Amino acid sequence: MTWEVVIGLETHTQLSTASKIFSGASTAFGAAPNTQASAVDIALPGVLPVPNRGAVERAIRFGLAVGGAINRRSVFARKNYFYPDLPKGYQISQYEIPVVQRGTVTITTPAGEKTVRLTRAHLEEDAGKSLHEGLPADAGDVTGVDLNRAGTPLLEIVSEPDLRSSAEAIAYAKKLHALVMWIGICDGNMQEGSFRCDANVSVRRPGAPLGTRCEIKNLNSFRFMQQAIDYEVQRQIELIEDGGTVVQETRLYDPDRNETRSMRGKEDAQDYRYFPDPDLPPLVIDDAWIARVRSELPELPDTMRARLVATHGLTEQDAAQLTSSYELAAYYDAVCESLSVEDAGACKAVANWVLGEFSAAVNRSGIDVASAPVAPESLAGLLRRIADGTLSGKMAKEVFEELWGGDAGAESIVGQPAVDAIIDRRGLRQVSDATAIEALVDAVIAAQPAIVAEFRAGKEKAFNALVGHVMRASKGKANPGEVNAVLRRKLAP
Amino acid sequence: MMQTVAELSAALRARTISSAEITQQSLARVAAAQPVLNAFITVDEAGALASARAADAALASGDSATLTGIPIAHKDVLMTNGLRTTCGSRMLEHFVAPYDAHVVARLRDAGTVLIGKTNMDEFAMGSSNENSFFGPVRNPWNAAYVPGGSSGGSATAVAAGLVPAATGTDTGGSIRQPAALTGICGLKPTYGICSRYGLVAFASSLDTPGPFARDALDCALMLNAMAGHDARDATSLDRPVEDYTRELRAPSSAKPLAGLRIGLPAEYFGDGIDRSVASAIATALDTLRALGATTVDVALPGVAHSVPVYYVIAPAEASSNLSRFDGVRYGHRAARYDDIGSMYSRTRAEGFGAEVKRRILVGTYVLSHGYYDAYYLKAQKVRRLIAQEFVDAYAQCDVIAGPTAPTAAFAIGAKADDPVEMYLNDIFTVAANLTGMPALSIPCGFTPNGLPIGLQLQASYFAEARLLNVAHRFQQVTEWHRRTPPAITARALAAEGAR
Repeated sequence: MTWEVVIGLETHTQLSTASKIFSGASTAFGAAPNTQASAVDIALPGVLPVPNRGAVERAIRFGLAVGGAINRRSVFARKNYFYPDLPKGYQISQYEIPVVQRGTVTITTPAGEKTVRLTRAHLEEDAGKSLHEGLPADAGDVTGVDLNRAGTPLLEIVSEPDLRSSAEAIAYAKKLHALVMWIGICDGNMQEGSFRCDANVSVRRPGAPLGTRCEIKNLNSFRFMQQAIDYEVQRQIELIEDGGTVVQETRLYDPDRNETRSMRGKEDAQDYRYFPDPDLPPLVIDDAWIARVRSELPELPDTMRARLVATHGLTEQDAAQLTSSYELAAYYDAVCESLSVEDAGACKAVANWVLGEFSAAVNRSGIDVASAPVAPESLAGLLRRIADGTLSGKMAKEVFEELWGGDAGAESIVGQPAVDAIIDRRGLRQVSDATAIEALVDAVIAAQPAIVAEFRAGKEKAFNALVGHVMRASKGKANPGEVNAVLRRKLAP
Repeated sequence: MMQTVAELSAALRARTISSAEITQQSLARVAAAQPVLNAFITVDEAGALASARAADAALASGDSATLTGIPIAHKDVLMTNGLRTTCGSRMLEHFVAPYDAHVVARLRDAGTVLIGKTNMDEFAMGSSNENSFFGPVRNPWNAAYVPGGSSGGSATAVAAGLVPAATGTDTGGSIRQPAALTGICGLKPTYGICSRYGLVAFASSLDTPGPFARDALDCALMLNAMAGHDARDATSLDRPVEDYTRELRAPSSAKPLAGLRIGLPAEYFGDGIDRSVASAIATALDTLRALGATTVDVALPGVAHSVPVYYVIAPAEASSNLSRFDGVRYGHRAARYDDIGSMYSRTRAEGFGAEVKRRILVGTYVLSHGYYDAYYLKAQKVRRLIAQEFVDAYAQCDVIAGPTAPTAAFAIGAKADDPVEMYLNDIFTVAANLTGMPALSIPCGFTPNGLPIGLQLQASYFAEARLLNVAHRFQQVTEWHRRTPPAITARALAAEGAR
């Protein structure tokens, strides 16, 4: 008998505001403990929260990007519980009326495209961190509390239970991850906890009602998410097949042992006593604000991907790869714009270079696309010299390496002048002149009678050897296409 | 020191007295009264004298405002930078505030001299000032009686002439009821007029800072300094600056209240009101009619539900607001505990008094899963209905008059064992907090055994200037606000003579 897996994800996205959601303290990561905690963040008596418009605006941006509804009036609520890293004894979140409702994210599965529905996205504040390590040696047996993270703005994005495998869950999470970075609301840094997921997992017989779910908390890498879900699915199936029943509970994934463990059961579930926060009037978002955010929204990745296929003539795969990150897509667009070409052939060449040499160099040096040393105008200049026959593919790679290496004043000049300077300095101009190539070919035919004889006897491989001799004689500068053509003509019977 | 703020301000400007002299008098009276009245938790003698010297310099250079050099006191629920702020609780017994509340900063900027912090019911929860970790405050008219609460210390400090004005906070009547019980003027402004930033929250949707003074004009002068938008409080209203004395300054006439319609709700004149209170209110209404006002009956049936509604909403908010007192970052922490759970429970068991615990328990209960709809949500609905009733009533009248409290002050200990009886003291005051509308209390008579009686005047949103004017016109033709507690006067005079 087969089992159907049902997964819904709750994703905590840290919004990229400079200051916190209800205070003016900085949100920068990695500062010394409690140096970025204001009176509001440490919940001194008498302090009050004031909403950060930047955080609200990012929530609106997200809502528009997923085609959700932006609630003109949403309500901040208090979620009450005691924990040392929760200074007020409650977390300000949104409960009954969130800022965003509905919306969809489209993922690509082996079976084709699939639309994942979102339930909601709501604003809330992050808690601080409890520190068990790195405390002063004389501190004794204590737990430290770092409130730098307390009050950091989060957008919690909740999906419907529409995902049917760990692969779909990962595809959704990756898509969401790329989207929040694309629209500039989150830095996407998973190591620093800027994007973390909780997975609600259950199994059922196809067609049966939803099974009892378990929630796996705090999955902060795609690999762990996949492993945790796979383990949990297997655990639930085995449990049921052995005659047991799944109990609703919260579980934690232990990557060292590759297993999920029970954290707390439903009976231990706390009563959070949600109620509207009396310190904060309802969050009102007017049409003008929404219209402005909409007008500032960049072209979305799915739209751009369709455009690259339809008008740039790229393959689905290239288009998908180029739109996997905003920076890469923007780089591609900038190269195309610099070349002011939109014909399929030219775009294909741009895509090949951006996804090939350029991406390889980016990965190799471990830097962001945005800080790549080769400006889009320079890559455009390089592609122009390939198109006009000045450079062979092999020469172009040499020029690219030099552009990337950044020596010889590459910082001061970019674009065509930078490329041409390298070509001139290194004497990399390709020889396409027919007379010159004919002279080279004649010389090789005269010097290599044995190979010529082999070719004439029907050995096609001998032709390549002759091309090689001509290229060597030209010190690699001869246009290989031209050499081919001239050689064929001269050797023709 | 029985002069008013206005009188002292005039004397300071005329240079017939210095702020240093007034401040020293105030400090001496505070010290003399403290063993009996217990009105203060913290006195800042050095700070007060330094502020007074600065005020005198400002007065000498002509760089002064109305309140420059006037000694005042703050209820100990308002944060005062560098000065202990206890909220009347063991939880914050040693807590030194690292910043000023907005109203504290505004009054500091206005040139006032801060004498100290006044006693109060713990976290502003109470109607008798018996719930203070620092002991009860006593009524200056009779030290065996309560001064009312929760701002009992501020009311007593003004009534006993220790300071000419003070701040309080009013969540369910905590300014008006003690003002009535001590025979002074206390104003609860419209919610949002005075910032709550730095007011240690009891019930955020109800808490309202406001002034105490001997008369309406002084309250208007204080409110001029206290009111104003504050971006740090999301519920603070951004409105044009008002001069709350403007109507009071209009020339007097025989019928200064001509055209004023005073609403009289039957609900404020029913059973359970002390006979002497009812009689004093009736006399006060005659006085108001004599000043030109007309009276009209209005119906406010929802007021009967205001106490139960209040005692659901206020504890609900309090249960959450007081969660931050957990012993982790500041305030009291139990000396011994086994784990984080026992640290919380012992810290809070030791740090909070009985009334605070009672309200945290009630509030936790009404917000709990399965009870939220029946209690909290229903209370919010009734709250809106009550507000609508008042809005409708103000279509027929300009102010609503009635007693501030059903009785005058009661003896210390008389209601200590019966919280519900104590809560019913708030029956006439809580509605203004539920609606957010302004209300004040002024003295209008005395009981046969010499305890003050308060007249409450309520009005619709932002009608403070009108309310203060009605009170002012009443005080122009009455003497109740000029009466001073005899026993305290004698004792204080003796103390001053000894200097």
